[in-house]
Amino acid sequence: MRRLAVRGARGLAWAFLAVLFISSLGAGWLAPAPPEKQFREAPNSPPSRAFLLGTDDLGRDRFSRLLHGGRISLLLAPSAALLAVACAALVGGMAAFGGRRVAGLLTGATDLTLSLPWLLLLIGVRAALPLDVSPPVSVGITFAILGLLGWAAPARVVQTGVAGILSSNYVLAARCRGLSWTRIMVRHVLPNTRPVLAAQFWSSVPVFILAEANLGLLGLGVTEPMPSWGTLLRELESCLTSGQPVLAQYWLFAPALVILFAVLSLVVVFPSEVNS
Amino acid sequence: MSFRARVAAAVFLAFAAVLPAAAQPAPGGQLRLAIQAEPKSLDPLLAADEPSELVRHLTGGVLVRLNRQTQALEPELAVKWSAAAAGRKLRFELRQGVTFSDGSPFSARDVCHTFQRVMDPKIDSPASEPFRSVKGGIACSPDGNHAVNLSLGEPLAGVERLLDDIAMQSASGNARAVLGPFTVAEHRAGSHLLLTRNTNYWKKDERGVRLPYLDGIRMELQRNREFELMRFRRGELELVNNLEPELFDRLKREAPAAARDLGPSLDSEQLWFNQSPRGPLPAHKRAWFTSGEFRRAVSEAIRRADLARIVYRGHATPGVGPTSPANQFWFNAALKPPAGDPKEALARLARAGFRLEGKVLRDRGGNPVEFSVITNAGNKSRERMAALIQQDLAEIGIRVSLAPMDFPSLIERITRTFDYDACLLGLIFSDLDPMGQMSIWLSSGPQHQWNPEQKAPATEWEAEIDRLMRAQAAEPDRQKRKQAFDRVQQIVAEQAPFIYLVYRNALVAASPALGNAAPVILRPQTLWNADRLYMKAPAQVSQR
Repeated sequence: MRRLAVRGARGLAWAFLAVLFISSLGAGWLAPAPPEKQFREAPNSPPSRAFLLGTDDLGRDRFSRLLHGGRISLLLAPSAALLAVACAALVGGMAAFGGRRVAGLLTGATDLTLSLPWLLLLIGVRAALPLDVSPPVSVGITFAILGLLGWAAPARVVQTGVAGILSSNYVLAARCRGLSWTRIMVRHVLPNTRPVLAAQFWSSVPVFILAEANLGLLGLGVTEPMPSWGTLLRELESCLTSGQPVLAQYWLFAPALVILFAVLSLVVVFPSEVNS
Repeated sequence: MSFRARVAAAVFLAFAAVLPAAAQPAPGGQLRLAIQAEPKSLDPLLAADEPSELVRHLTGGVLVRLNRQTQALEPELAVKWSAAAAGRKLRFELRQGVTFSDGSPFSARDVCHTFQRVMDPKIDSPASEPFRSVKGGIACSPDGNHAVNLSLGEPLAGVERLLDDIAMQSASGNARAVLGPFTVAEHRAGSHLLLTRNTNYWKKDERGVRLPYLDGIRMELQRNREFELMRFRRGELELVNNLEPELFDRLKREAPAAARDLGPSLDSEQLWFNQSPRGPLPAHKRAWFTSGEFRRAVSEAIRRADLARIVYRGHATPGVGPTSPANQFWFNAALKPPAGDPKEALARLARAGFRLEGKVLRDRGGNPVEFSVITNAGNKSRERMAALIQQDLAEIGIRVSLAPMDFPSLIERITRTFDYDACLLGLIFSDLDPMGQMSIWLSSGPQHQWNPEQKAPATEWEAEIDRLMRAQAAEPDRQKRKQAFDRVQQIVAEQAPFIYLVYRNALVAASPALGNAAPVILRPQTLWNADRLYMKAPAQVSQR
């Protein structure tokens, strides 16, 4: 019975992801309007036949922007998460493997990275960028920065996890049997670290989607007129502080729900170790 | 008299007895409002930021006060004044029987002491700036206890209105002694500022009751405007100044009596192109930006009515020149904002040698016309305006990339490195007189933003503006000054060094519990008549 439920959930997740990816990649054909098109006679419209999720404050079709925004968020947020987790695996793994000196050095580097005022660095990055950088390049740079800056916290988790594996009985047994470090690494450490890395990866994806939205305040991130799920989420801010019933403009929650279900589906579909 | 008539007469008499008493302001009560930043200085002569200027207005006594409602100068601590020698000599007769909050008498000695401090280079008072531009500066000499003579090295047009910013200080050395309606009682950094009634304030109302009516004003530091509005709705604050259009509309729906749109303010939003030769711009871009036809075509392509309607939700007025229609005397009513016509803009560009190829506008050299616009990140209104302008200009083949950035980086670019194409920013004006705009319009001025601090005017029209601004500064006749400044406004509209987009409306909220509230567009919008504000009795509030 339980297995059936899991299978059903996985099937649903697969279907949701398939729809999401297809609609995002095919946004050019599926979206009723170009994402930057301003219907100036209809700003802030509620959902209607013409505008399924209404229009934003510039009169742009929110549904079209949600589809187009998926391209950026679905492709670049996981890419940034992958970059961050790869860096974390490298640093965390080396810290666990490399003996006391290397561990001290890398732990120090991790602590330093976590304590640095990244806001100032990001402001510096924006100042160094040319002003007429195109929106796609700006997006690429933003997610690369997010990926490169996001390794420190996962690195600590990876280091602890790898250290735990190295001191486990089965690694001890493998060493006693004379297995080489490379073989131990490939046969025992990497497979057992995968759940940790996967958990870090999936938890990083929504964080990066939201971080991208906040970077807009520094002039980084997805610039107008390109949409992203992160920028669409910023609309919720005024809704939540308006003092009106939270669900008065329920359609503004669409991007939040899409992100939530996308992340849940990814977790359900891919690494079964995380769920267990 | 019938029974019915007797009852009616009794009811009338009862109302007649109650109503006058109810309508009359009663002293007492504390007014609460929020300020978004800490006052940088409580010394009135050092006030340069909005909270400090507000404190100065509420605590300081001045010789002459600008009536924010009529926009006319009114006698305050000076009962009358006269000018002689073509405006180089001014004589002020002081009000008698006035005392500072510490009880010491106010005299001519205090006025001269204040002017001495204003002109002291060690203090570097912002109030001294207009006087420093005058050769020979300003000298003050007392004439007895109740009159002073001010001498200027050369005429300074509209000098009396500068006195609205100079709060008189005591020559006895007590820096806390004030002549305004309130005194600073408590200042907790990061929390609040409490002003209490100056019991020695000289003004009385028509009934002879000593002003101010309020016991005190509590200004709480509240940076978040959403929370400020929330507190206003809960009745924890009585006044809100400078509301954002979105918040204003929200309040208007919930409490229509409290929200007030006062119409266009003096504050403008404008776009300008970098024309400074010090900027690292490629030659073809410099050629576009220094072309009057190009700037005007861009101006003509922008649909200002959409900016006002969509970005400001109708709480803004399309702009055309440096002076808002709110400035009753100096506004040039002959100027009309462009309607936003891409065809007209393209025709002008064609005359200047540009051509539209497909969806791309190209200059004579075949370069595609594209530029970036910087603005301060986080300012929603400007980001939205930039997005609308982006689409308007795309219609005439111009590709605009938006580069919002943090404010210090933006200031660095527009004042030091000049590494930018175009900038979208606003200007806040508090001075009605064009003398307050000298640093903007003189080509040598630091705020001549498109090409500041020129050694000699780069263009003929800038040379003409220089001549006109200097001429009006030396002209005592107000009508002749107006003619000169009208021409300046016309040149600015024709040459579009600043492309004026909109004048923001002044949006405020005043609690129905506050009596005598008469918000105006000039700062301090809701507190200009603070000495006459009063808290209504609960019964009076419910009657409304």
